[in-house]
Amino acid sequence: MTRVRAFLGFWYDFVVGDDWRVAVGVVAVLGITDLLTRHGADVWWLVPLVVLAALAASVLRVAVRSRDGTG
Amino acid sequence: MHDLLVLLSAFLASTVEMVEALTIVLAVGATRDWRSALLGAAVALVGLAAVVVVLGPLVTRIPLGSLRLVIGGLLLVFGLQWLRKAVLRAAGLKALHDEAAIYRTEAGRAAGADAGAGSVDWYSFTVAAKGVALEGLEVVFIVLTVGGAGHGLGLAAAGALAAAVVVGAVGVAVHAPLSRVPENTLKFAVGVMLTSFGMFWGGEGAGIRWPGGDAALPAVVAVVAVVAVGLVPLARSVARAETPA
Repeated sequence: MTRVRAFLGFWYDFVVGDDWRVAVGVVAVLGITDLLTRHGADVWWLVPLVVLAALAASVLRVAVRSRDGTG
Repeated sequence: MHDLLVLLSAFLASTVEMVEALTIVLAVGATRDWRSALLGAAVALVGLAAVVVVLGPLVTRIPLGSLRLVIGGLLLVFGLQWLRKAVLRAAGLKALHDEAAIYRTEAGRAAGADAGAGSVDWYSFTVAAKGVALEGLEVVFIVLTVGGAGHGLGLAAAGALAAAVVVGAVGVAVHAPLSRVPENTLKFAVGVMLTSFGMFWGGEGAGIRWPGGDAALPAVVAVVAVVAVGLVPLARSVARAETPA
């Protein structure tokens, strides 16, 4: 069990890294985009918008933690 | 342009990882036993090449739409991780990778470990093999995802191989950790490219039709680069601002 957990932990750390919220944002926006395009919507701007916002939010969260001395 | 970006991103990503692997191999080789360290590195490289040879054809057999959604999504998450760390390092919110310090730490550990018996020094073998395998795994991941989703597996593999040859040759010539390589700048560039590829192919897999088709890819790269570069001073100023009362 410990080895399985270590194996999964390795791959989680390898792909997702320090901020799981970014990964959740990516999965969510790709899923929503897939759904919208199946209904004929032209939403090419949605993925860049959400992804870059997720990146900015993640970076600024670290900056705020550093400023407040909680990081 | 598309092919050039695939080749370039695989080459740059591999260069960064090879430099890190080289530091570990040099540290154990110089401190303990060159033959065992090089043997460990060679075994790891053969293992990594086998993973590409086995998984490469499987990746290219998956239908393009599903492949781009899943692999593009994975590449996007992975690329954002690289880019986030590179932005934080550039803003001074995360320590820079110091090859010289890593070399000293690894060499110190190697010198203190038991000598063991036999013709192969298993400490050197294991540390070198593990270092090359772990750093190389990122290269394999990038080659398979960038190459698979971009239909340029051969190009991506060629980029990675070229990086291995260049870093290996420079390492042999210099015989010291390559601490002058601007690692964070390279990681920043690679993060921008992986994020852009992931966004472009993941989006296509989700049914997006990019304005201008494939010609939109360089524009996506430019937008990601501008936002990431802009985040550096913003994060720095937020971190240095007075805490609100």
